[in-house]
Amino acid sequence: MARSLPHLVLRGQQPRWLTPVAMAAAVLFTVVLTAIPIRLAGANPVAAFERYLVRPLSSQTSIFEVLLTATPLVFTGLAVAIAFRAGYWNIGAEGQFLIGAVCVTWVGTTFTGLPALVAIPLGFVAGAVGGLAWAFIPAWLKRRAGIDEVVTTLLLNPVALLVVQGLLNGPWRNSSTGFTDSDRLGAGYDLPLLFSGSRAHLGLVLALVLLIATWWVMSRTPLGLRITSSGLAPKTAEFSGIPVKRLQFRVALVSGAVAGLGGASQVMGVQHQLTQGISNGYGYTGVIVATLGGLSALGVLLVALLLGDIAVGAQNASLVLQLPPQLGQVFGALLLLSVLAALSWRRYRIVWRRTP
Amino acid sequence: MSINLIALISAMLVIATPLVWAAVGELVIEKTGILNLGIEGTMVAGAFVGFVVADLTGSPWIGLLAAVGAGVLAGLLMGLLTVTLGQNQHVSGLGITLLLIALCEFTFRVRYGGERPRLAQKFHPLLDGAGILEQHWMTYVAFLVLAPATWWVLRSTGTGYRLHAVGESFDAAEVAGIPVNTTRYLALVVGSAMMAVGGSFLTLSVLGTYTLDIINGRGWVCIALVIFGTWRVWRVVAGALLFAVTDALQLQLAITDLFSGVPRELMLALPYLVVIAALAIWGRSVHYPSQYLKAYRRG
Amino acid sequence: MPEALLELDAITKRFGDLVANEGISLQVAPGEVLAMLGENGAGKSTLMKVIYGLLRPDSGRLVMDGQELDIGSPRDAMRAGIGMVTQEFSLVETMTVAENVALSAVGWGRVDARATQTRVLAAMERIGVHIEPARLVSSLSIGERQRVEIIKALFHDCRVLILDEPTAVLTPQDIRALFTTVERLRAEGLGVLFVSHKLKEVAEISDRVVVLRRGKLVAERRTSQVGPEELASLMMGVAQAPLVDTEAAAALGMPRTRPTTNAVHRSSGPPVLEVAGLVVPREGRDVVDGMDLTVHRGEILGIAGISGNGQTELVEALCGTRSPRAGSLRVDGVDITTADVADRLGAGLGRLTEDRRGSCVAQLSVEQNLVLEDLDDYTRRGSLDRRAVRTHALAMIEQFEIRAEPTTPVGTLSGGNIQKVLLARALHRRPRILLAAQPTRGLDIGTYRYVHQRLEELRDEGAGVLLVSEDLDELRTLADRIVVVLRGQIVGELPASEATNERLGALMTGQDAA
Repeated sequence: MARSLPHLVLRGQQPRWLTPVAMAAAVLFTVVLTAIPIRLAGANPVAAFERYLVRPLSSQTSIFEVLLTATPLVFTGLAVAIAFRAGYWNIGAEGQFLIGAVCVTWVGTTFTGLPALVAIPLGFVAGAVGGLAWAFIPAWLKRRAGIDEVVTTLLLNPVALLVVQGLLNGPWRNSSTGFTDSDRLGAGYDLPLLFSGSRAHLGLVLALVLLIATWWVMSRTPLGLRITSSGLAPKTAEFSGIPVKRLQFRVALVSGAVAGLGGASQVMGVQHQLTQGISNGYGYTGVIVATLGGLSALGVLLVALLLGDIAVGAQNASLVLQLPPQLGQVFGALLLLSVLAALSWRRYRIVWRRTP
Repeated sequence: MSINLIALISAMLVIATPLVWAAVGELVIEKTGILNLGIEGTMVAGAFVGFVVADLTGSPWIGLLAAVGAGVLAGLLMGLLTVTLGQNQHVSGLGITLLLIALCEFTFRVRYGGERPRLAQKFHPLLDGAGILEQHWMTYVAFLVLAPATWWVLRSTGTGYRLHAVGESFDAAEVAGIPVNTTRYLALVVGSAMMAVGGSFLTLSVLGTYTLDIINGRGWVCIALVIFGTWRVWRVVAGALLFAVTDALQLQLAITDLFSGVPRELMLALPYLVVIAALAIWGRSVHYPSQYLKAYRRG
Repeated sequence: MPEALLELDAITKRFGDLVANEGISLQVAPGEVLAMLGENGAGKSTLMKVIYGLLRPDSGRLVMDGQELDIGSPRDAMRAGIGMVTQEFSLVETMTVAENVALSAVGWGRVDARATQTRVLAAMERIGVHIEPARLVSSLSIGERQRVEIIKALFHDCRVLILDEPTAVLTPQDIRALFTTVERLRAEGLGVLFVSHKLKEVAEISDRVVVLRRGKLVAERRTSQVGPEELASLMMGVAQAPLVDTEAAAALGMPRTRPTTNAVHRSSGPPVLEVAGLVVPREGRDVVDGMDLTVHRGEILGIAGISGNGQTELVEALCGTRSPRAGSLRVDGVDITTADVADRLGAGLGRLTEDRRGSCVAQLSVEQNLVLEDLDDYTRRGSLDRRAVRTHALAMIEQFEIRAEPTTPVGTLSGGNIQKVLLARALHRRPRILLAAQPTRGLDIGTYRYVHQRLEELRDEGAGVLLVSEDLDELRTLADRIVVVLRGQIVGELPASEATNERLGALMTGQDAA
């Protein structure tokens, strides 16, 4: 008895049209899938998507909100992207972001009287140092003892969160309200707003500067080529005389510093104090941003803006359509998984083969 | 110093139960060389689906069944991405966790809004009034059935041999005629179901309610426990108990107001710190399954 | 000859355009050791995988005891009575001996450990060895591991045992022990298929020998009626057909073998590469075992030898990807024994290795790969001088006749074009000594000729070339001097003019102590 069964067969060569088609299919698939919970929640999917995607871009104020929301995602997405590019799987941007926030809070609540010109650079340096220090441990373990970084970077995330909670429940408890938020940072640390009437702040400018710098290094310098080679083909890179391990170690530290800068930016630009929810999962979302952005600087920017757009839209929709704002995260995660799947399918053809 | 020993051990067992379920599930999966970072989300899904279905049907048993179903689906999704399509295990697993957490939160808010729903019927402890023996059935099963059975299956059955071989050498498995991908799927489905049961223990047995941060990083603790236990069932269980007893002790001490200077967060961070320290000290000799994080392609 | 036990009937296996096995038919009789000889890439491994159910043939039949088999997985093969010991052992290091042996027999259910142990011990008894069944495989020596593999096969009551390159990693004592085992099994009436490229062993152990070349079965002889020289030439195909296909060469109007320009012994210059007392270990064994050689300026030194005699490790030690245990390497007087890659290249070493795809980053473009090893020369004020890179790439593409754009990803190029990219990268630095390992293997005739021409030009410009090849015609036409390696040592040296295939063959197989 012969039956026809589907088999996955590796394609010899990928036609050019395949990648865009696969991506479009992934987006469409995500939209259709997300429509299901929207429908089940009793809302009209078309109206909801209009809220999520279009409405946030329809007014100046909400565009600024999108920029504000995208800012931390640019930092963490960039942090993850540069590490992944070097073949270093940093899953720890969440923890590095948090420790960056902790360090800037310590500086900002200790040296309160500084003028903005001194305070702001100092705050960013503190954030970068914090993130770097947190990234140092797994990077060092990887370099010294060859210990896989996936698990170590991941496990340091909950530790960082516990550090934040421990500080806020203990020594850093707000001295005037008694809530589990830190005291306010000195006024000098407030990042200047970019436009009047909006909350988008200087952190966005720093993020964009980092984006451009990353783009330049990765695509225009020998270092970028060395990093890319180390990530794509470590053995070949070694053969060509590139010190892969040392490079990965340094990139890991830079990655941590960038995530830490994100934490500093969020504290100085938005909250002005340390809160338990300061990160809101930005580090984890950074993995989505980096992966969906194809690990490129421009890709990170576009995906961060898209997710920012959806997050603002989701806030808005939650008020108007009674749809909980988590739908934005559902959309982001689903898009990630669909794109991952689509990128794999792209490498295969489905062949119906007879089996006896 | 007044420590109520019975209360302490009881608390320890309650804290350890979901960890044992989920960590043993993760261990089964990691045996085949797959790191399932979907664990956190799978536990959330188990807790939430179990709760909602128990709430809808009024039966915690049906809720439990639904939780198992949710775990199976999460395992299949992980399998589709990492086994069939050969994608990155860590990115896929993290994606699944983020998706499931967001989906559960969304659904919870849609259905319950700001309420604090309570189950009309939840599981009650067995052996009421038997002191230390007064425990939930899931606790009994975890320690007296799940752990010994998994230990036995891994040690003395063909299934155990196959999981081990797949995780150590695709080549050896292939030459021995073991279907690598099928074995990995099997481990993912069974292991994820265990994680989901672990999550549902919190809603169906302990709390009878659902809160958004119900799992609160327990999945990551399990990842640490599996490494701490060097992929051996009894050591993982021992690790879970150790973690649970420090936490239980901490809660008691907080009540008795001794040791109030030691922040609870430090104790909660211990499992992670211990694992990272252990890796730092014995890093080179910790033997991960050789095919960790690798996809299998035939041919 | 007794009735055949296992019979292959016109087995054909293709991978895309490549025909790995073409219409192969052979029989193994009970109580017979059939040797299969063939060079690397002749299609032996593919055929073994087909027999063992790891690959499905495109056409052809497998017959056991007169019954046609349908083998879809190794389990089917085992059930039919076929056992195989693979070249790279397929043992789980973290499992015990008994668990490994039982692995292919277990289902999903309970394993009776005691019964397994009894059967394992019985199988050990049969070949007269004893290894504690409870020991972890990771604690076993290589020889012991191989015995476990054989026990694994016997555990299934196999009647045909396939040994794929069984002696490649063994010490001489272990080889003795293996042969004793094979003798025992033959006496018991097992059929043994012994795959190898070691002529001496084949001559010693087998009753009959078949030769595989480029996917085809080209000869079958009784072992007692054939000498090692004939086997060597059959295997390498020098006597019957040159590596360059005769018809193709004729069609392109080329002479089959070029008249040797180097018949006159060249007066060679000062030494440019000196290898002294080199010892290179691999998996605990000294695969290069005290090698001395010198390449002079203006000279191509050929290294002949049957593969697996230390050539690969010599190349790796020179490239810097494997550390020697003793000895020294000097390029133009500079010691590079422990130098890093940049210093090796700086000293004047050029590298063209066997593993072409592993020498370039497939996803990167032609121009990026071309400058990967000397990025610093293309840096201007911290950034990559993209115009210079492009100019360089275009020049190289023209000069080396690479059929690609500068921006084409290297992974999409043909093998010949990749080799030209690598050749361009190595040669544009004007190396003083070029290391060329199997520089033409698998290339089309045009590129084959092209590479030869380039190597000769380099030599004529006064550089040295170390040419490692398994193609004797290539060595004889190109090299000025040929040294022969055997078991990690140099066993002979001939000027190219005196290097006949017979003499080389005798040296390569250890028949001659010239």
